[in-house]
Amino acid sequence: MEFLGLFNYWVVIVLMMIGFYIVICSNNLIKKLIGLTIFQTSVFIMYISMGKIDGGTAPILAEGVTLYSNPLTHVLILTAIVVGIATTALGLAIVVRIKESYGTVEEDDIHAKDKQA
Amino acid sequence: MIVHLSVLQVIIPLMAAPACLLLRKRELVWAFATLATFVTFAVSVLLLSQVMQSGAISYDMGGWEAPWGIEYRIDMLNAPLLVLISGISAIALLAARTSIENEIPENRHSFFYIAWLLCMAGLLGITATGDAFNVFVFLEISSLATYTLIALGKDRRALWASFQYLVAGTIGATFILIGIGLMYVMTGTLNMADLAQRLPEVENTKTVFTAFAFFIVGVCMKLALFPLHLWLPNAYAFAPSIVTTFLAATATKVAVYVMIRFIFDVFGFEFSFTHFPLQEILMTLGIAGIFVASIVAINQDNLKRMLAYSSVAQIGYLILGISFASQTGIMATLLHMLNHGLMKGALFLAMAAVVYRMGVANLSQMHGIASRMPLTMAAFLIGGLSLIGVPLTVGFVSKWYLVSAALENGWWPVAAAILLGSLLSVIYIWRVIEVAYFKSVSNNTPDVKEAPASILIPMWILVLANLYFGMDTSLTVSVTQMAAADLFGGLL
Amino acid sequence: MESFIHVIILSMLVTTAIAIVKVKDLFAVTMLAGIYGLLSASFFVLMDAHDVAFTEAAVGAGISTLLILTTLSMTGRFEKAADTPGSNYKPALALALVTLTGALLIYGTQDMPVFGAADAPVQTHVVPRYLNDSAAEIDIPNVVASVLASYRGYDTFGEVVVIFTAGIGVLALIMSTASKAPVALRASMEEHVVLRIVSKMLIPLILIFGLYVQFHGEYGPGGGFQAGVIFASAFFLYAMLFGLTAARKVVNNTWVQALAALGVLLYGSVGLLAMINGGNFLDYNFLAQDDVHGQHMGILFVELGVGITVASVMIIIFFTFSTRRQRDGDPD
Repeated sequence: MEFLGLFNYWVVIVLMMIGFYIVICSNNLIKKLIGLTIFQTSVFIMYISMGKIDGGTAPILAEGVTLYSNPLTHVLILTAIVVGIATTALGLAIVVRIKESYGTVEEDDIHAKDKQA
Repeated sequence: MIVHLSVLQVIIPLMAAPACLLLRKRELVWAFATLATFVTFAVSVLLLSQVMQSGAISYDMGGWEAPWGIEYRIDMLNAPLLVLISGISAIALLAARTSIENEIPENRHSFFYIAWLLCMAGLLGITATGDAFNVFVFLEISSLATYTLIALGKDRRALWASFQYLVAGTIGATFILIGIGLMYVMTGTLNMADLAQRLPEVENTKTVFTAFAFFIVGVCMKLALFPLHLWLPNAYAFAPSIVTTFLAATATKVAVYVMIRFIFDVFGFEFSFTHFPLQEILMTLGIAGIFVASIVAINQDNLKRMLAYSSVAQIGYLILGISFASQTGIMATLLHMLNHGLMKGALFLAMAAVVYRMGVANLSQMHGIASRMPLTMAAFLIGGLSLIGVPLTVGFVSKWYLVSAALENGWWPVAAAILLGSLLSVIYIWRVIEVAYFKSVSNNTPDVKEAPASILIPMWILVLANLYFGMDTSLTVSVTQMAAADLFGGLL
Repeated sequence: MESFIHVIILSMLVTTAIAIVKVKDLFAVTMLAGIYGLLSASFFVLMDAHDVAFTEAAVGAGISTLLILTTLSMTGRFEKAADTPGSNYKPALALALVTLTGALLIYGTQDMPVFGAADAPVQTHVVPRYLNDSAAEIDIPNVVASVLASYRGYDTFGEVVVIFTAGIGVLALIMSTASKAPVALRASMEEHVVLRIVSKMLIPLILIFGLYVQFHGEYGPGGGFQAGVIFASAFFLYAMLFGLTAARKVVNNTWVQALAALGVLLYGSVGLLAMINGGNFLDYNFLAQDDVHGQHMGILFVELGVGITVASVMIIIFFTFSTRRQRDGDPD
């Protein structure tokens, strides 16, 4: 896997930035939340790649295996995934309420309605 | 139990929250939440006195020593902040029961108190921990609870404000996560003390430079440093008033604390101020924040929004104190963190009282309001004087140290800017005083009574704290002085 | 071979992400996001992170897709065209910001240890203790479970509280109060006889699989979080096939909320018990005479706490969203 070098990280950074772009550039609130998910998931990919060791296996202790990938990054990302879904769920709940009280989930329509008020 | 104090002050509210869900009845939930918060407050006071007597406390979660386990570390830097968070929370909860009557539907009250406890526990956890990743976890607990609390506001704009904060906050948290990841990849550790030891070996790498940049930008998003403050004014303006009281007095302070901890302790003074143009960046943004936000504050009709902009300006002062890169500067920042918590607590509680009686806190409807709500407006007046920095109030003390820190560095223009900033706050506070005290009651002013005692008493506790700590500065000054000396201990 | 798959998955991820930017149909976007989750789960398998893969598949491709679809049915399927007059759509500015951020990150990677390096600090500091000593200190094969539930058990406590907080937030914001006049809530797939019969047989199996994942987490991938999600999914399936009203009879609101709270309290109580026995918070060595035995008990109970809270909160969230969708709109 030598040739992958830092290339892996660069692709992951591209993924992160696509997610970031969706967040700041989308007008639709749900798409913004999806963007956040993509952004976060890509950061998870970065963490997990950091813990990979060449020729290693999953960190489940077994006879005759000496090389394991880093279990700590796995633990951190398990926690982070949970945080991610928690944020998504809460964000969607707010979106539902926004739809009910503004009648729209498009950012500029909401701005327009706030200006009228 | 004494040895467990550091963990108890976080897990008491953390476990009281689910317990509240079992209680269900909102009166009972309020009583239990308030009790738990007062116990937490007592614990943090004990912690502070313990730290003052015998120095920093370290606590290994699960009995696993750092860096393998998670460590709680209480020292002079975070102990006073713990007291501020739990203290303001306890006082605000006393008023909360009355204050939310008109602002939140009754069947949501129990959830409100639970979210409140979680928010407080999160803030305390961020402050107490000595582990970088644990900061992220507790940051998210407090953030999720905060989004909920803000979205519970009566106005539909509260929903939009909450959503905007959720997006901004999550971007900030993800930046912090990237920063922590890059620190981890270079050092292999997450423990702050261990990081501090291992980072110098790799401090000349581009990776550590990037880690620092991402971490600090993420934190700045959370602490609403100009120009990343855009989420804050609406969030504070449309959240339930009592929530604004709590958040304005504590949440941004915690983010400032995290910033100080990482700049001075984890990355170290050397790295932060020599490898990184931190001084110039922070000073520019701090001063810009003070002026822009103060000027915007002058034109607000909604007083909660005005005070929110004032908070952005005050964050500017806090950041300015850090940018001095001196012991006096950091001490001024720490002092102002505590003092600003007291002033904004008192001011926003006064606004909570106004909103309780009038439904809104719009200046255009407050002509002569001081004759109808004399005690509330007197509290606002004293809080306002403190914000400006008039002698005998806490505001004066922190401004004094800020100015002397600027002069110590020989930065006359910065000292002048601080004074000019205070002048701007005179203008926006005076507008309110003029309308409330010197205009006669107009048709536009609703016929209201003085606020109920359940809001007045907590409000005046904070007002008196503003005066007491403004006159007797021995405790606050000595604590922050020791904390600042600790931060510079390795250098001098 | 492995690096070939590696490159393939990465390029599929990039393609999916770009498609998400381009597509306006939010239903399609949601599906693509689910695919993104599944692809990253495959990537995690490749990176030896089986536990993470399991969770990401359940969350990224499962729960979050389900929640977004439920929300979409309330908010509308199509994104508005972006370039209508007066919109604050500024792709150039966003692109500049994103490029700058990405460039800084790429700059930052230059001094990073190369991918897969065995002598990287992440492999040589802290982690060796987990890999070498956990067999003696905790004595369970899955090191991820050891670190998750014991060495960094406090983070996991925080994680349970995060999920609990999300549940509270969803309840506080969209719990329906107009339950007095229950409308007959019809199931979306009520007519599909085959689906109903097959699923009826599947549900017990899903529940058993959930229990297996719960209690097998020490030996293989799995644990409280994954088990909770699987367990909850059985209830989702039931609600989708037999209708919310029928499902409501099975799951009582008050009880599920109480369970969500009890899971957190169970986790915390294990910590407090250790404290009462003279140890630090969550020090499982103090739970039994024998250290390793104590660790086993501690991990069993905290994982159970995680499972209970996760399952209950997932059920709360799903039911709250679905009920909101089906009730007649009366904004409160």
